[in-house]
Amino acid sequence: MKCRVCREPAIIDIRRHNANFCADHFLKLCRDQTVKAIEQFDMIKPGERLLVAVSGGKDSLAIWDILLDLGYEADGLYLGLGIGDYSDASGACARAFARSRGATLIEVDLPADYGYDIPNGSRAAKRVPCSACGLSKRHLFDKAAIDGGYDVVVTGHNLDDEAAVLFGNVLRWQTDYLGRQLPVLPARHGFPRKVKPLVRLGEREMAAYCVVRGIDYIVDECPMAAGNKHLGYKESLNAVEATSPGTKHDFYFGFLARASELFRPEAEGEQADLQPCITCGAPTTAEECAFCRLVERAGGHHPDLETGAVPVELSPTRPTLARPAIVPIPGASV
Amino acid sequence: MEPVKVLLRNPRRELEVHGSMQVSTLLSRLDINRETVLVIRDGTIVAGDGWLGADDDVEIRPVISGGMA
Repeated sequence: MKCRVCREPAIIDIRRHNANFCADHFLKLCRDQTVKAIEQFDMIKPGERLLVAVSGGKDSLAIWDILLDLGYEADGLYLGLGIGDYSDASGACARAFARSRGATLIEVDLPADYGYDIPNGSRAAKRVPCSACGLSKRHLFDKAAIDGGYDVVVTGHNLDDEAAVLFGNVLRWQTDYLGRQLPVLPARHGFPRKVKPLVRLGEREMAAYCVVRGIDYIVDECPMAAGNKHLGYKESLNAVEATSPGTKHDFYFGFLARASELFRPEAEGEQADLQPCITCGAPTTAEECAFCRLVERAGGHHPDLETGAVPVELSPTRPTLARPAIVPIPGASV
Repeated sequence: MEPVKVLLRNPRRELEVHGSMQVSTLLSRLDINRETVLVIRDGTIVAGDGWLGADDDVEIRPVISGGMA
């Protein structure tokens, strides 16, 4: 197997491109595809400050690494979920990476800062763990970005993630979700802009990127995710991809090009109904936002509100109630 | 001839495979979809047509992650 570019021995085959790559040209491909996604969807403007949502997994560490190499000002945010050894190990990977790159890592810890963890909190709130986890992440990433003055939240969603989510949304015709499934969600109504620069790269490529770059990431699956629907969708799509390479790419990018627009009005209608949460001030379609209801049901607390701060009027820059702790990394610029 | 030692994950387990073979053959024998894993030897990815032989320690690393957030 030879590299398509230089004819040296290849380390990886990418069947949807019908091509093989050596280590150096594979890394170049990953960077080029990231740049292409950023430009194609107008994700980031020059000089903007980025906050990368870091889990300690392959995708978030890879995109952080690529963005730093591309010269972006990108800090990381790690959210401690309180999932026992898994959280300990994933946090260690995030910190080790930040230290190795001299990058700034912000940390928020659910048990310490909000008084609940995902395993017990989701049970108490009668939510499935992945739902409570996703809700907590979305809220706290948004909040940290607004509070910290970041222009963009970057997530490590890759082509496989997006194709699997699309598959699930289509199977159930969740048209409101389909209207929001975009590689860029613009900033509005108190939400920061959110971008997914890895949508042109597959899951296998991101794992390979980390191995080639020597990035130590958490390999083991989250114990709370075992058997979830999302994994089942990925398995189904991979079975199709095995016999028909390129299917996931065509499914997702075909949706963006030919169908996404059709579902946009429904999603935009929802956005028009947003108002400030009575507890934390975050934008919500209900009186109290889903995160505050989760915190309450999970037996947690808001560190912000214990300081006596009160929510204020909803604006493009949400009220700053409390800043997340910035954990200094030795040798890193903070 | 020493077997190839193979580490699998999720759940973590080890097995031994006798005889030298290509990576693609190993994955096929184990009924593993090649789109879902990387095969790693001494910290280096081994391509599908790479050969595994006696005394090799290889890891078949799944690349699928299940978080939705």
